[in-house]
Amino acid sequence: MRHLASYILTRLLLAIPMIFILLTIIFVVLRVMPGDPVSAMLGDRAPLRVINEKKHALGLDKPITAQYVDYLGQLARGDLGNSMIFQQTVSSAIGDKLPATIELTLFGLLASLGIGIPLGAAAARRRRSGRDFGIRLYANVVYCIPVFWMGLLLQLLFGVVLGWFPISGRTSPRVTSSAFSWSGFYTIDTLRIGNVAAFGDVMWHLVLPALTLGIVLSGIFVRLTRANMLDVLKTDYILAARARGIPERRVVFNHGLRNALIPIVTMLGLQFSLLLAGAILTESTFSWPGMGRLLLERIYLRDYPTIQGVIVVYTLLVSVMSLVVDLLYAAIDPRVKY
Amino acid sequence: MGVPAARFSPAGGLANALGWFTRTRRKYGMEWWIMIAGMIVILFVVTMTVFPGLFTRFDPNDQNAGGQMKPPSSEHLMGTDNLSRDVWARVVYGARTILGVAIAAALVSALIGIPLGLLSGFAGGTFDRILSLIMDSVYSFPGLILAIAFAAMLGPGVINITLAVAVVYIPTYFRLVRGQTLSIKEEVYVEAARAIGARRPTILSRYVFPNVIATVVVIFSLNIADAIMTEAALSYIGLGLPAGIPDWGMDLSMGKKFLPSGMWWMITFPGLMIMLLALGFTMLGEGLAEVLNPRLLEK
Repeated sequence: MRHLASYILTRLLLAIPMIFILLTIIFVVLRVMPGDPVSAMLGDRAPLRVINEKKHALGLDKPITAQYVDYLGQLARGDLGNSMIFQQTVSSAIGDKLPATIELTLFGLLASLGIGIPLGAAAARRRRSGRDFGIRLYANVVYCIPVFWMGLLLQLLFGVVLGWFPISGRTSPRVTSSAFSWSGFYTIDTLRIGNVAAFGDVMWHLVLPALTLGIVLSGIFVRLTRANMLDVLKTDYILAARARGIPERRVVFNHGLRNALIPIVTMLGLQFSLLLAGAILTESTFSWPGMGRLLLERIYLRDYPTIQGVIVVYTLLVSVMSLVVDLLYAAIDPRVKY
Repeated sequence: MGVPAARFSPAGGLANALGWFTRTRRKYGMEWWIMIAGMIVILFVVTMTVFPGLFTRFDPNDQNAGGQMKPPSSEHLMGTDNLSRDVWARVVYGARTILGVAIAAALVSALIGIPLGLLSGFAGGTFDRILSLIMDSVYSFPGLILAIAFAAMLGPGVINITLAVAVVYIPTYFRLVRGQTLSIKEEVYVEAARAIGARRPTILSRYVFPNVIATVVVIFSLNIADAIMTEAALSYIGLGLPAGIPDWGMDLSMGKKFLPSGMWWMITFPGLMIMLLALGFTMLGEGLAEVLNPRLLEK
């Protein structure tokens, strides 16, 4: 257990250079390029004196290097700072939105695994058949569908034409938001207070956004599962299992798929950043109040600290996810030790 | 040399080309057809960008093309939008924007990523370690977020959106080329070049680079497919392009506003085109990968 703890600690420390690099890029880009929070707030016509006073109050009149050192010092203390536009801390602005993004991303991931893995396994089982060809075609086509277009099509079909699912937001207006103050994960919060109707409403709103992400990313998992399954089905232990007369279905799913899933788990980390990018577009299509929408909103206002904070949190999400994936890998494959 | 050294003749050249054509087709089967299908899609869209007048007689910005928000008809194949513009004309003229931006962005990232990857892999040491750390960080971060930040900061404009998209893909080329350079560096022919006194720039340009390029071609095609979707995403969110330039992503975000009233044609066709074009470059890339270097995409 001590090894595991020190491994987790090392991995989290390794995220620091990554955060540092991305933050530096964003920091420089924000300040070098045109536009700043004061003119975004006051407009171009404000008197120069007012603008300068405001800049001074926000510390924007200092040289970039000084601003940078100040910010890093603040960050090292775990403080993301205050918004330059609104009276709020950056952590409270993000705190509201982060659970919405994570909830959407996780359900999207589940959907894509739920669609991709069975299809990939089915394709590998009958290699070079019509079914294999059809599934591979599906994987390639789906991968080239822009996430937001998929969202619009699902909205059109299931929301507008059929009217089965809502096309925006996380809940219906009639569901009171006071129920969601605990964790911000609506699925968890509604279950915690035992409000089944509200839980149903939350899930009902999750269907289309999660399916949007799920379908688009399922193409990758089809390809991964298929390729790994083909390798596994060639191995001796599959031959041995067949020789012992185990039914084909069990050979494929119990012996084959289980082993094919191991490399897929290692790939999850990389796919997660695609998933986050897809989530931004899905949030914008489904008016989902998450981090992506916060980022877009604040980028227009040039709210530097909030933008930087969002980047830090996204980087942390990617790092934590890749750590989780590694730990999962060890849990699935007993041969892996840390 | 079993083949007699024939002088070039047009007929002979054609016969040779046809021979190569059929030989590769037999050898690669399915992958070959995928590549051809991809090329056909790309050629179709390229024709659209060069001769838009062949495809439609309407102007993409003409606000008197027909009635407002009319469904597809024989007059307007894909209907008209909220400003009475012909949707098909906007699709045809929009091809120019997205294809131009995607190809230019892929070129810019390749032009920055390839030399950096060559240098980094060849030189090694601290320079390599620092550059790799930076590139890996950017690579594992959701690229779209970086593109959004750059596009928003640069402001609308065709060149600006190209740069914003290009930033995302520099690490892709860097990592690929660096990895290849590392292994090629150890080859005997590079050692031989060093032994006969070739200087480092010569080794890089004459020995290492030509062996990297085959892989780059494949990635370049797949990269354009990705860049197409990133461009569309940026203009869909409203970043990147000034008004007046027809663009598929922008038309989609316009169509989104009228979706609740069931205007299906405004979102269906631009999205379909984005998908087709991205699919074309993906198919070309995957076919090429199989034909040029069958082991490349296995990883």
